[in-house]
Amino acid sequence: MEIPNVADKWSGAVNEITLGATKDKGGSRTKTITIGGAKSIPFMDFEGSPGQKPVVAMDVYDVPPEDWPETLSKPFADVLHDPAQWAKKCVEQYGADLICLKLEGIHPDKGNKTAEETATTVKSILAAVGVPLIIWGCEHDEKDNDVMTKVSQAAKGECCLLGVVTQDNYKTLTATCLADGHALITLAPVDINIAKQVNILVSEMDFPLNRIVMFQSTGALGYGLEYTYSIQERERLAALTGDKMMSMPVICDVGHEAWRTKESKSDDKEVPQWGARDERGPMWETITAVSLLQSGVDIIRMSHPKAVAAVKKCIDRLY
Amino acid sequence: MISIGERINGMFKDVREAIKNKDPKAVRELAIKQTEAGASFLDVNVGTAAADPAEAMKWLVEVVQDTVKTPIAIDSQKFDVVKAGLSVAKNEILINSSKGDPEELDKFMTLAKEYNASLICLTMDKTGIPQDVARRMEFAMKIVEKAVEHEFELSKVYIDPVLFPINVDQKQPALMFDIFNQIKMISDPPPHRNVGLSNFSQGTKEKRLLARVFLTMGISYGLDAAVMDVLDKDLMDAAITAEIIMNQHLYSDSYLTACRK
Repeated sequence: MEIPNVADKWSGAVNEITLGATKDKGGSRTKTITIGGAKSIPFMDFEGSPGQKPVVAMDVYDVPPEDWPETLSKPFADVLHDPAQWAKKCVEQYGADLICLKLEGIHPDKGNKTAEETATTVKSILAAVGVPLIIWGCEHDEKDNDVMTKVSQAAKGECCLLGVVTQDNYKTLTATCLADGHALITLAPVDINIAKQVNILVSEMDFPLNRIVMFQSTGALGYGLEYTYSIQERERLAALTGDKMMSMPVICDVGHEAWRTKESKSDDKEVPQWGARDERGPMWETITAVSLLQSGVDIIRMSHPKAVAAVKKCIDRLY
Repeated sequence: MISIGERINGMFKDVREAIKNKDPKAVRELAIKQTEAGASFLDVNVGTAAADPAEAMKWLVEVVQDTVKTPIAIDSQKFDVVKAGLSVAKNEILINSSKGDPEELDKFMTLAKEYNASLICLTMDKTGIPQDVARRMEFAMKIVEKAVEHEFELSKVYIDPVLFPINVDQKQPALMFDIFNQIKMISDPPPHRNVGLSNFSQGTKEKRLLARVFLTMGISYGLDAAVMDVLDKDLMDAAITAEIIMNQHLYSDSYLTACRK
């Protein structure tokens, strides 16, 4: 008996975006990263092109993180006070495809750093590494609108990925990104309908759809991973069936979320039955990342070098 | 929703004058207006007054495709007129339409295949229009059979069960819903389900309301194409909304904006 071919035919595709601009394109990056382009659901390449390989962005903070367990801070102990050196280490030693600068220290409750200080930090990172940069605000609307505008100008022409905008706060950063030639992250916390809404709002400001990356907020393993997974899966299906307002690549924040869980943070003495944290923590981050890969992710934000290495290896083997 | 804008038709005075005087202005304006309104196809019909219908069709198709890139529906049941339109076509084409007689279907499907065009097929033949569901479905099945025989893609076939005006036979419109449903299940992929919407409410006092309600009800049963007044914004928005309710697009608060694009 002939086995029927049950492969689906998809009419749409995920948009392709190139992040980073080299000298001839008006920037100073030595490397650019292209994401998106999938014409099938992940790992179903008999239905269509899987597109560009997912990439790993390693997190760098503008201030030394206060709540990191030793397992996570140890590999960066010598650079935690210097974001530029931290970024350099991520790229040169740990193979980060991109750097994600998280502006934790600009939050009014966490240091209230000024826009000028932050612009200097951004410039120092751009000078230290050649990979494209993601710059992520502190998610305090007022402060972000102030700082991100100046940060965007400081990195003008570098084609960074800036975020995040929400349905209640999108105008300032969208206009800024448009003017300075950056790409933009639209955030809707685990809500696919709002995700589409933010994309529509941003596109109504004439922001090109092919310069948007979507973020749904991420749940770590055991902490809502399945919600993130199912939303991202639905988003990928919407893109493949031709919904232009949902055809954007997707970013996940795995590192930060995985290292907030008690399973990765708890000290060995507290829970000896869980095994050594030096293994357990990176494993929690790895499993969160590789699980989400299957839902359709284009950029994964990560923290621990061991997890980064494992996930990159997994991507290389599967794509 | 595949909306086929009906306005470029020689039955309308402005288009009739345009054809007569070979003055493209009115046709161009209608092509642009209907495209901006979201038409998937622009129906092009020379009407009954044209001295040389084949030449008039060529001229209309050329004027439209010089103005917009919107796909065109060549509207005539005369084979030579359709062929004339196709001979100059550059845009994607839908042929509107063939009757369901086997020899007519053979002729039109061969032609459509040759030009990579889609084809509307009516569930009627030279003996007339059936009045019931069963006979219309018999035609629908024969149309699908013919398409398979001609290796004509079913996604390019539009079956039109011939919607009667409500003020001619009030029993008829309600039969359509069952037919849309059945055509959806006839094959995989199924052919499209099309109606001439304005004809349905022609001559009534609530023309637009009747069209709007029929269209939304039809969509809920699987209607997915209509020759219609795309310039009626409420009608277009009602169609989008019906599709949202039927879960055919992802909802967002600005779904109208998203779907109109």
